[in-house]
Amino acid sequence: MNEGGDEAPIAITVVVNGTTRQLTASPRLTVADLLREKLGLTGTHLGCEHGVCGACTILIDGESTRSCILYAGQVDGASILTVEGLAAADGTLHPVQEAFRQTFALQCGFCTPGFLMTIVELLGEVADPTDDEIREALSGNLCRCTGYDSIVAAVHDAARSVSR
Amino acid sequence: MKPAPFAYVRAESLAHATALLDTHGDEAKPLAGGQSLGPLLNMRLSSPTLLIDINRIPDLTGPTVHADGTVVVGGLTRHRQLEIDVELGRRVPLAIEAAPYIGHRAIRNRGTLAGSLAHADPAAELPAVVVALDASVTASSVEGERTISAREFFGGYYTTSLRPTELLTRVSFPPAPPRRGCSWLEFAPRLGDYGYVGVAAVVDLDDRNNAMSVEVVFSGVSAVPHRSTITLDLVGSALDTSDLADVASRSSLEIEATGDEAASSGYKRRLMRHLGARALTVARDRARQS
Repeated sequence: MNEGGDEAPIAITVVVNGTTRQLTASPRLTVADLLREKLGLTGTHLGCEHGVCGACTILIDGESTRSCILYAGQVDGASILTVEGLAAADGTLHPVQEAFRQTFALQCGFCTPGFLMTIVELLGEVADPTDDEIREALSGNLCRCTGYDSIVAAVHDAARSVSR
Repeated sequence: MKPAPFAYVRAESLAHATALLDTHGDEAKPLAGGQSLGPLLNMRLSSPTLLIDINRIPDLTGPTVHADGTVVVGGLTRHRQLEIDVELGRRVPLAIEAAPYIGHRAIRNRGTLAGSLAHADPAAELPAVVVALDASVTASSVEGERTISAREFFGGYYTTSLRPTELLTRVSFPPAPPRRGCSWLEFAPRLGDYGYVGVAAVVDLDDRNNAMSVEVVFSGVSAVPHRSTITLDLVGSALDTSDLADVASRSSLEIEATGDEAASSGYKRRLMRHLGARALTVARDRARQS
């Protein structure tokens, strides 16, 4: 490994949406940019690029993570799930995606991938969250379009459909 | 916003990390959770030439309880672990109560105890908590370890007594007296936003319900956690609610709270008064029930 001051590329192995990838990347490449530019997975969005808005949220080893303040070397050996990994291979939407469709929980869609990943984490831990639990869990994802109520409704819908 | 170029190395052991820090000094930065360092890097407010990823260093996470009741928490313990660890919640309830206020879930999944203390953001929760609990931190370097009292650790805005060649590896919380009650309260404009004012209250009672010691420490009002000196007046008292309100009020006048366009100094002073009084009351009631 390079211990000097020049940014020689590093080699990493990372599982993305179930597929193992071997890449070289500049150490300062953020994981958000790695997904978008090296792997063409542009569903993960760049909003603030300092960890505040949540648009870049992905799941790493099941945990919601801001990919904009994460650097390539940090995901060597990790397993990443992005929004592109939610729907089934045949295109059937994930229950959370379907719920968003049903409750009109997106308009421009920019914040949506980040919300979806955060909600997948939430519903993996709390089967039937209350409004307060939902709003607290989603407090780190900002939406400028919807006013959030339709998003909260989508989470309730998804919780019901997952439990069926 | 992209960071300036840096090299990246993953430290496999504490010795490896401290050796690198010794060689590179302030040209290198340790990378733990990255939730505070990442924004600085991306905005180029920090441009180290080397990032030392310390996340794989073994034996730096989780709490250990010693025979005398001292609780030692590894520096790499994530805020999320602080939030949900039941045993730690019994032993250091103030840390568990403050942890959910730290940012948002994604931040807490990665952010670490040592990182928060070393970064020393004036609005951060954990610096106020460790000052309130009279904890101490251990700094490790190639020269060995040194222990620093939390009450002497914070020097100014984003400034601590940690040297560039040192890693903050653990935090020790002294054993809690048997009749202790704590409370953490914080006000922020939205859930998870940086708090305008946070307050830690710690009340220790004797078996006649009189105060042996009372601590009130505020975050967000000065460069370093503000530890009230007015609480000394409460020692030996029965802690009537009006006395607690009076102490909170006088504590809010001890300093000129740093205001900004979001929250003026006067507004923060009022928050100190109200939150301080409430936190002291809750802490007292919890101590009485113990």
